Amino acid sequence: MTVRSRAPFYAFVLLLIAAGISIATWRHIELGVPWMTGEQRPVWMIEARVDFVGQDEAAQISLHIPEQPPGFSILTEQAASPGYGFSIIETSGSRRAEWTKRDVSGPQTLYFKAQFVPDDSAGESARSRKPRPTPTFWEEPQATAVREVLRQANERSSSPESLTRELIRLLQPDSRTQNTTLLVADDNYLQMLVRMLNHAGIPARTADALKLEDARRRQQLMQFLQIHNGDRWLTFDPRTAEQGVPENLLLWRQGSESLLDVVGGDNSQVSFSMLRQTVPALQLATLEANKNGLGVLGFYQLPIEEQSMFRMLLLLPIGALIVAFMRIVIGVRTSGTFMPVLIAVAFVQTTLVPGLIAFLSVVAIGLLLRGYLSSLNLLLVSRISALIILVIFITAGLSIIGYQMGFNTGMTVTFFPMVIIAWTIERMSILWEEEGAREVMVQGSGSLFVAICAYLAMNTSLAGHLTFNFPELHLVVLGLILLMGQYTGYKLSELRRFTPMKAYD
Amino acid sequence: MDWISPRKLKKLGILNMNRRNVDYISRYNERESYPLVDNKLKTKLAVSEYGVKTPELLQVVRQQHEISHFREIAEGLAGFAIKPAKGSGGKGITVITGRDGDDYVKASGARISVAMLERHLTNILAGLYSLAGTPDVAIVEDLVQSTPSLARYSFQGVPDIRIIIFQGYPVMAMLRLATKDSDGKANLHQGAVGVGLDIGTGRSLNAVQFNRPITLHPDTGLALENIQIDSWEDMLEMASRCYEATGLGYMGVDLVVDTQKGPLLLELNARPGLAIQMANGEGLLPRLRNIEALKRPHFSPRERVQYAMGAFGKF
Repeated sequence: MTVRSRAPFYAFVLLLIAAGISIATWRHIELGVPWMTGEQRPVWMIEARVDFVGQDEAAQISLHIPEQPPGFSILTEQAASPGYGFSIIETSGSRRAEWTKRDVSGPQTLYFKAQFVPDDSAGESARSRKPRPTPTFWEEPQATAVREVLRQANERSSSPESLTRELIRLLQPDSRTQNTTLLVADDNYLQMLVRMLNHAGIPARTADALKLEDARRRQQLMQFLQIHNGDRWLTFDPRTAEQGVPENLLLWRQGSESLLDVVGGDNSQVSFSMLRQTVPALQLATLEANKNGLGVLGFYQLPIEEQSMFRMLLLLPIGALIVAFMRIVIGVRTSGTFMPVLIAVAFVQTTLVPGLIAFLSVVAIGLLLRGYLSSLNLLLVSRISALIILVIFITAGLSIIGYQMGFNTGMTVTFFPMVIIAWTIERMSILWEEEGAREVMVQGSGSLFVAICAYLAMNTSLAGHLTFNFPELHLVVLGLILLMGQYTGYKLSELRRFTPMKAYD
Repeated sequence: MDWISPRKLKKLGILNMNRRNVDYISRYNERESYPLVDNKLKTKLAVSEYGVKTPELLQVVRQQHEISHFREIAEGLAGFAIKPAKGSGGKGITVITGRDGDDYVKASGARISVAMLERHLTNILAGLYSLAGTPDVAIVEDLVQSTPSLARYSFQGVPDIRIIIFQGYPVMAMLRLATKDSDGKANLHQGAVGVGLDIGTGRSLNAVQFNRPITLHPDTGLALENIQIDSWEDMLEMASRCYEATGLGYMGVDLVVDTQKGPLLLELNARPGLAIQMANGEGLLPRLRNIEALKRPHFSPRERVQYAMGAFGKF
């Protein structure tokens, strides 16, 4: 007899729905789980090829590989090199792929492949220690020239960045003066730049980058300049003084000293090939989720068998939602509250038409046999048990007959829940005796109608995708079902039922 | 297809299924009181303390082996009714009106053998008719001899009177007459005729069968316009007393009028149907709200009945 305020209830439901939607949105943004199925994302497949000639002795080849290039994240890495021992060795500030072999002779080729995903959020790993400029020693007359050039650049600049830009501009061939010509030759330009910047008190280093273009082979790395502005490393194009990393530029080496070290071989060189691929966005999200720990909230880390079980299980709430809607708002009469959902689940496995045929024939034959059972005057429990066994016989019979006639779909009968079918037959049969065939038809077709609706909803690829990849959306389903539990309005069927009341209006 | 607009239904104050369940049944009916009405045996005991009479209990069949006793007892009876104690909606009720040699005669005139009756009892014990399929007991009751003034309207079977009791106030009533379609049962969805009764006087208002308005009984051909229930106020009071007996705020009380014993309680229903509104040509909601709005409820059944007769009577 308590009349409680409904406000906390609605607030709770609202909270559920909001939580479901916001977690799903967060997962979409953070993990990149796509809303739709079949969404594709571009991925760069880059292959580094190392060639060298073995010298009949043990060889150790060490190639620098990117750790966290700005603007990209690494999806997969693999090495192809028959006969070589391979491992990836991570030391502070550098990551190297290392091949080893006891006895190497003749020309050798090693491959290292990695997939890179464009990722705006991926930045440089935070460094704890601020680098110091390496001291440099100049001899005269270079020392004077350097001092003069740096003075000029310093006058026109205000920060490490602008100083770097000015310096690059001063050292360009078209703006060269006496001082700079003395310093710079074509082959030592970048080294000179780095030394001068270090001399000016700005930590500087070189980096190697790859320009990404689809289907290019035998590409070489391009050298870039990096300076530290006291906060983080900044990348400059040493030719144009342009700052920043363009979108299609992958920094392969930064920080570490050498790109390739070969012990026990000579004539070594590295070249790169690249290919633009697309992979399903979902696969990307799955891989990333497994890596960064947020995947704990999803099902991707479960064994495949359990995953497919959950796929099925997570569809059930959709069916329950449909049943609740059909019964509460539409007013369809069904035999057994959730029998339609279970039938719909069976339909998902059998597909609709074979499932319908199988279901109808099992129930029809079952009803005929039940007619005989009812004349035997059995106790209810043993009658149901007998019916369950009969249902199993019927399904086995239908499967075998179907198989012998060449319909593999006959086998799908076995997906139906036997006990539920037995109860359905029992209930239908009683209904027939008590209320007549008409009520059996009404409830039977109502159940089938709801089952088919639930099947159609559960069988869309979008429903399967959303329920499995965004399990939190079930909070929204729960909220909707709770809301429906408070629906006190007229059912659609009641608008028809109460039609005669028009006369009293 | 013919539809009525929701706005019109609202204007008529028609109570619908969802609102009945949420706003009335779950709000006014305590869960713990349900077994009292869902089990006819318990109902009998509970209401007897409040002076509400029920048909005489002849036998309770609780165990399978007691069915053999049934044969002996039934031997000496002219008419009786077998009911599952936990049955709902009239399911599983078999009414025997007489004998024909070794066989029994059902209310519909069909013959039924003792073996069939025993099978029926077995079914009842196994819980075939009980609400949740749980094991049940069968009760055998004396046959009600309906008063001829009402019985003549009904095609076989016993006419009963359904009264909706809301917080102890009778809010709406109807007379249910069995037809050929309903197999001697007084359930509206099985095809019985529902005749709306005026709360103030006990006179008939409208009649419906299968939700359609009618003026004559389809089988007996009698006009349903001027039926008058005798000792109406006493019946309402008896129904009202069931509120004290069970504590259920919203329930349906089914009464019959016996020639000798007068009004008897047949059963109580914690989830009474909505068809009573069609029989009365009026919605329940205005009356329910009238009672909900009462600042000082009346404490004695007689006061409640008098208030309701004044508030809801039409003549």
